[in-house]
This record gives sequence, C-alpha cells and structure tokens, in this order.
Amino acid sequence: MPTLTIDGIQVTVEPGTTVLQACELAGKEIPRFCYHERLTIAGNCRMCLVEQEKAPKPIASCAMPAADNMVIKTDTPLVKKAREGVMEFLLINHPLDCPICDQGGECDLQDQSMGYGKGSSRYDENKRAVTDKYMGPLIETVMTRCIQCTRCIRFAQEVAGVPELGAIGRGEDMQITTYLEQAMTSELSGNVIDLCPVGALTSKPYAFTARAWELRKTESIDAMDAVGANIRVDVRGREVMRVLPRLNEDVNEEWLSDKSRFAYDGLRNRRLDRPYVRKNGKLQEASWAEAFAAIAAHVKGLQGSQIAAIAGDMACTESMTALKDLMGKLGSTNLDCRQDGAQIDPSNRAGYLFNSGIAGIDEADAILIVGSNPRREAALINARLRKRYLTGKVKIALIGADQPQLTYKYEYLGAGAATLKDIAEGKHAFAEVLKGAQKPMLILGQGAIARADGAAVLALAKQAADSLGLVKDGWNGFNMLHTAAARVGALDLGFVPGQGGKDVAGILAGAQSGEIKAVWLLGADEIDTSKLGSAFVIYQGSHGDAGAKRADVILPGAAYVEKDATWVNTEGRVQLGRRAAAPPGDAREDWSIIRAVSEPLGHKLPYDNLGMLRRRMLELAPHFSGVDKRSSAAWGGAFGTAGAVTDAPFASTVADFFLTNPIARASATMAECSALARGAAQPKTGTHD
Amino acid sequence: MALLDRGARSIFLWEVVKGLGLTFAYMFKPRATLNYPYEKGPLSPRFRGEHALRRYANGEERCIACKLCEAICPAQAITIEAEPRDDGSRRTTRYDIDMTKCIYCGFCQEACPVDAIVEGPNFEFATETREELFYDKDKLLANGERWEYEISRNIAADAPYR
Repeated sequence: MPTLTIDGIQVTVEPGTTVLQACELAGKEIPRFCYHERLTIAGNCRMCLVEQEKAPKPIASCAMPAADNMVIKTDTPLVKKAREGVMEFLLINHPLDCPICDQGGECDLQDQSMGYGKGSSRYDENKRAVTDKYMGPLIETVMTRCIQCTRCIRFAQEVAGVPELGAIGRGEDMQITTYLEQAMTSELSGNVIDLCPVGALTSKPYAFTARAWELRKTESIDAMDAVGANIRVDVRGREVMRVLPRLNEDVNEEWLSDKSRFAYDGLRNRRLDRPYVRKNGKLQEASWAEAFAAIAAHVKGLQGSQIAAIAGDMACTESMTALKDLMGKLGSTNLDCRQDGAQIDPSNRAGYLFNSGIAGIDEADAILIVGSNPRREAALINARLRKRYLTGKVKIALIGADQPQLTYKYEYLGAGAATLKDIAEGKHAFAEVLKGAQKPMLILGQGAIARADGAAVLALAKQAADSLGLVKDGWNGFNMLHTAAARVGALDLGFVPGQGGKDVAGILAGAQSGEIKAVWLLGADEIDTSKLGSAFVIYQGSHGDAGAKRADVILPGAAYVEKDATWVNTEGRVQLGRRAAAPPGDAREDWSIIRAVSEPLGHKLPYDNLGMLRRRMLELAPHFSGVDKRSSAAWGGAFGTAGAVTDAPFASTVADFFLTNPIARASATMAECSALARGAAQPKTGTHD
Repeated sequence: MALLDRGARSIFLWEVVKGLGLTFAYMFKPRATLNYPYEKGPLSPRFRGEHALRRYANGEERCIACKLCEAICPAQAITIEAEPRDDGSRRTTRYDIDMTKCIYCGFCQEACPVDAIVEGPNFEFATETREELFYDKDKLLANGERWEYEISRNIAADAPYR
C-alpha cells in the first residue's frame, strides 16, 4: 500500500488509487472538470494539476497513480499559477452568458473560476462558436459552452452502454455530437445533464423555468419503478420544477432513469383535485361530505365478501395499511396488490425479494435473467448489470420471449418455462455455470410469473435456486425483480387475499358476476376496468386515468412526492419519501382520506396522525422500523406450486418504458419520448443491411 | 455703564430692529424654496426613483430573465417567471414589482447584467389605490419607453464612475 505525503499529511492508500483521490483522503480539495469517480479517467481538462516533488512540471493528479514516497503539494504558488492558467484557457472560448444559462448558480466552471481563476481576462480576440446539436426531447444543447471534458461521451459509452455520443474534430475545433443528430436511445440519458460541468447539456423540459437558488429542495424516494431510487425534488411555490438523483451507493449510485427524472410534468396534468360523484351516469364535482355520503350509502350494509380492494403500483404503504385495516373492519378479505396477476407467494418473504441486493450485482459472477427486460423494468439495475459486465467477471444469460437489446452481451437460452425446467433439473449447460459460480444470481422478472401458470414457474425457479446452490452462506442468489414501487411494501403488509379472499382476477370475475358489489381502487389503473361490471367503484388516486374513468366516486389523493410516505423497494429496503409539494386543490394525503371515510362507514380507524398510523404499520411489518436498511429474509420453506407449465414464452410486463404509470401517461415529455422510442426502431441510415 | 447700555438697547427696541434687519435681508437673497409642482429641483444621475424595464434601440426587450434582481432584492418585491420564447431565447412571462414593498435600494439595477431594470428619475407616481402600485411587466416596459431618454442620459453620465 503506497504511502505518500500531501501538504505534509501522510496518507496510505489502496494500490491503484490516483493522486487526486489520495488528496481527497487527505482532505485537500482538488478542482476538476473531466474527472468523475464513476467514469474512466480522461485527463484532458488539466484543472487538477498539483506539484510533485522532483517532477519537472505539475502533474495531472487525476491520471497519476499514487506511488510510495510521493511528496505532493497542492497549495504552492506554482499550483495556483497553473490553475489560473488552465482556468484562463478554458474561459477563452467559454461564452459569458451565465445570466441566461440554466447551469448558472450550480455550475462547476462558475464556482471554480471564482475559486481558482484570475478574476480578469487578457483575451480580446473572437470567441469560438459551435452549432447546437439535437439530442432529443430531454437534452438541450448549447455547444458553445462546452469545455470538452468528454464526461458525456464516457457516460454514454460506459454507464449507459449506448456509444452514441462522440467527438469530431481536434483541439479547439472539437465538437461533441450524436453524429446523426438523433436522441440518445438510452433510459439514462438525463444523467449527462448532471454530469456536464458547464451549461452545454441542460434539461429541455426545465429550460429557463427556474433558477437553482429559488428552489426548495426535498429529499424523497422515486416511485416510478421498484428500484426506489433516491431523489431530490426541487419545488418552486407548489410546482415541482425538476427531479434530481441523490447519492445512494446501495441503490441508484448517483444515476436516475429518464422516466423518474422527467415525468414530473405529469404531476401538473390530469390531476384529480376535488372529489367527484357519479350522478345519472355522469361524474360531477362534489364535496368531501357528499362523496363520503355516497360511499356510505353504497357500502354500508354490504357483507364483507361483497367488498373488495385493489392497490395500485404507486400506492404508499401508509395508505395500504389504512385500507387493509378498513377492509378488515368491514369484514372483507378480498384484497390484492398484484394488478398484473403475478403469482407471488406472499407468505414467504425470501420468495419475493431481490435477495442479493442491488449492490450484490457488483459481486455476482453468473446471472440468469428469466422473463424480464431489466432495461425497461428497472433501468438502474440494468446499469449495475452493465457495470458488472464491464469487469469481465460475470456470465449473463437470459430466458425470455425475445432477445432484447440490453446494454451488455448475454447468452440467449430460450423462450419459456421449458428452458428454465432444463436448468432447474441440471440438464442445461448454463446450469453448470451457475453451479460452478461463487455468487450466482437468478433474476426472476414479473413476465415469468404474471401468467396463469406463474405459480408453477415460481416453483421451478425455487427448485433451480435449491438444486443449483444459488443460496449459500452469506449469499442469496434468488432475486425477484418487481416493476411496481408499491409491490414489496404491499406484500410485506399482507395486502393480499385473506382467508377465502379473492385475488385481482377473482375480484374482477366477482364484479362481473355481481357477487362483488363494491370495489375500492387505490390508484389501481393497470387492471381491465371494463371487467368491473356493475360494481360500485371507489377510485382513490392522483390522476384521471383508467380507474377514475370508470369510478362512481373519486377521492382525490396525493401523488408520490406530495406525501410523507414509506416505500419498500424490490430488495426489501425500507425508505422514507418526504412531502415536497402540496397536493392540488382539495386532494389530501391518501391515508387521511381512508381514515376520514372510515367514520361515516361506522368503523372509525384508531389513528389520528401519521405517527399513530406508522405504529400500526410496524405491528403489521416490524422490519419497517429499519429505515434505509435492507431487511433480508431467511431462505427456507416453500413457495410457488409445482405443476404443469405451458410453452408460452416469458414476455416482459413492461411494453413501453416511458408510459408505465398514470403520472408518466399524463406527462407530455414522456409521451414525446415514447413516440420517439417507438419510431426510432424504423428509420435506418442506409448503411444497415 | 452697563446699565446705560442695556437701557438704551431696550428703549430703542434694538433686538427687534436686528431681527427685522435679518428678515428684510432675505428679500434680497435668492429663494431657497421651489414652487412645486411647477418648479423642480435638480436630480443626481444616480437618483433612484420609479422602476422601468428598458428595451434595446431595435425594440427588443433587454431583460433576459436571469432573475438576479429577484435574488438580490432585500424586500423580495420582485417576482419573475420565465420560459423559452418562440425563438428559443430566454424571456420573462411575468415581471412584477410590488412597489409597496420596494425600499428603493437600487440593488436590482446593480445586479442587472444588461441594464434592463433601472430606477429612473421619476418620483411622482403616487396612486390613489394600493393595487395600482403592483407593477407588472407591461407597466414597467411602458415606464421604460416613457423615460428612456432620461435613463440613458443618466447611465451615460454615471458610466465613468463604474
């Protein structure tokens, strides 16, 4: 382990550490533009120059490996002069348009020229001008501002896995471009906006609408997919202006998918901002009291078995706790959270978690993906898979209906359950790979189990996990990849059919046959609402989507950033989302609506505030107390039901990455992205075969 | 002697004569008062009066919605909303100044990188209702058009000292 001296401070670092990282360990800040922890080292901005004893000239600390007995100085006149020189060169061609630049106020170049620059320019000649490039509906480009750090190129190449950005020309004439002037075909493209140290790449939907300093920042949790990415929601007034990722090494690192980042404009459109009651076949605006009276009139007097509740994909655990309690008091056991009909066994927690953890992917050496397209279902997990793939220490295989373009190479094994059966029985060649691996992983997507024979497929997967040794000491390689943010929390709480209760298919069939007379939809829009028959439908949610259209009473709820809520991601990590903005109009936090309805129904729920509700939630699921921790589950017991499987291929449940939930469907940006992604498959440049 | 002197002064009302002398002396001095509003005193080019939003000579509005004035305003009297204009440039859709909050500190014109928001020489904008003092963008631009000659002259006069 090399030991070096930095400004008189001795530090010992891991071999392979760069001087820049060593300086950070010693508590010395080194300015930089091109260097980024998660990208390869380019060493082209020269801002990180430091003085090394016995070296003839300053060294670029980001590209210099730390060696034993190095003596580094970061605060000498030479370093100061070098930084001033580099800064002056960088500013030669950078326009002085900070007042109209969206990066203004949070710009690395601005900050560092204040901190390390000379304060005046000696440059009188004309500045360079570069034509702006088209990079799709999400990224606005002002290429004159580019300082050619190539972070975006390296991100596209390495993390996103779509080598669509590049540079043409040399020196001053170098330009960043997509070559064909087209949008990046990546679900992570928005991250180049965060990476860009200047205002060359900025957010198009956010363009010119707000300034960094006037935003109220709230740390929250994303609910667009089951990854549970940590986000920061920036709000002005009561409007969400943008969503940014927050650092969490175990979940999203510092990336965020485009859907999570840009679907926020859906929070302004198609909102349910007041209660509605259907009168004479038409939904009419009503007061809360009228809505409650209508519910009481229809629900009171029904037997428990005639009432049902379905929780949607973005329901928070608080509201599901309240609804479960209310249904319990009404005597109903017809509860379900699995809108897609996934045959998950809720009794065995290890059977529905991503047991290895998202960070566990970094250690895996053999991965079998079954019935999932992680790129569409969980883009951030896909980025982890690619990160692991790039180390060359993992073999990845896939069983699925088609061979999706993932961002890494994988072995395509087959389409359906037959292949999985072969592997479970050890007849397939890949079974040996899994068997021989130190840390094997099986990623079971919802596509494999959201079907009639799902329970049998789940049993097969369990059999494979047992027979191939996926579960060993300190390692659980059985992973279920969920697509809904609410799913794991709902399963943990037991928002599933109770004794004699019906699941989603049963509820819909019951509603059609008239057996079920009232259905409570808690933000459930992905079910086939035409099958609700003549049942009295109460829709509680934030957006006027499929469920609200069919509803008889609409109770306006809060969207995911408008309430203090607990989320459990696919790996069982309990995370607290904070309220960033107020819900519009009369809309209220969802649990309080259910609490309010419980009174006219004659079954007052015993909690008056969020704290009391959360205490009740802890009774149902004690591990919710471990916030931000991944509460793992012991492997053991059985799940799934062994049985015959069909030949139908495992198709991913997510058809369109950009339009998976009511908020995204209400977003104009997402609609544009979706249209582009659908069309992008067709046009070819003529050089393709 | 002192008694005689004091007696003579009181008999001849000397204090009164002295006072009236001062009074009549002022009749021959220049007047200090102004016949406002028909006469007005001189104003410094740095005088900070009513706000105005300026335009360039070609009619293009100067303001680029950088929001620096909004940020610096100690009274938080300025409210700005912005979005891209049709030609893609950054412009305000709303520029409001609450003149009842404004403390006329002049920080806004100091912060403005394009000399768009300025405090002009006009100080006669008293209104009968409070609402009339909530200036919007149209009012501010109208002020700019009305006072452009004086404002540009003042800025030019002050330029050597900046």
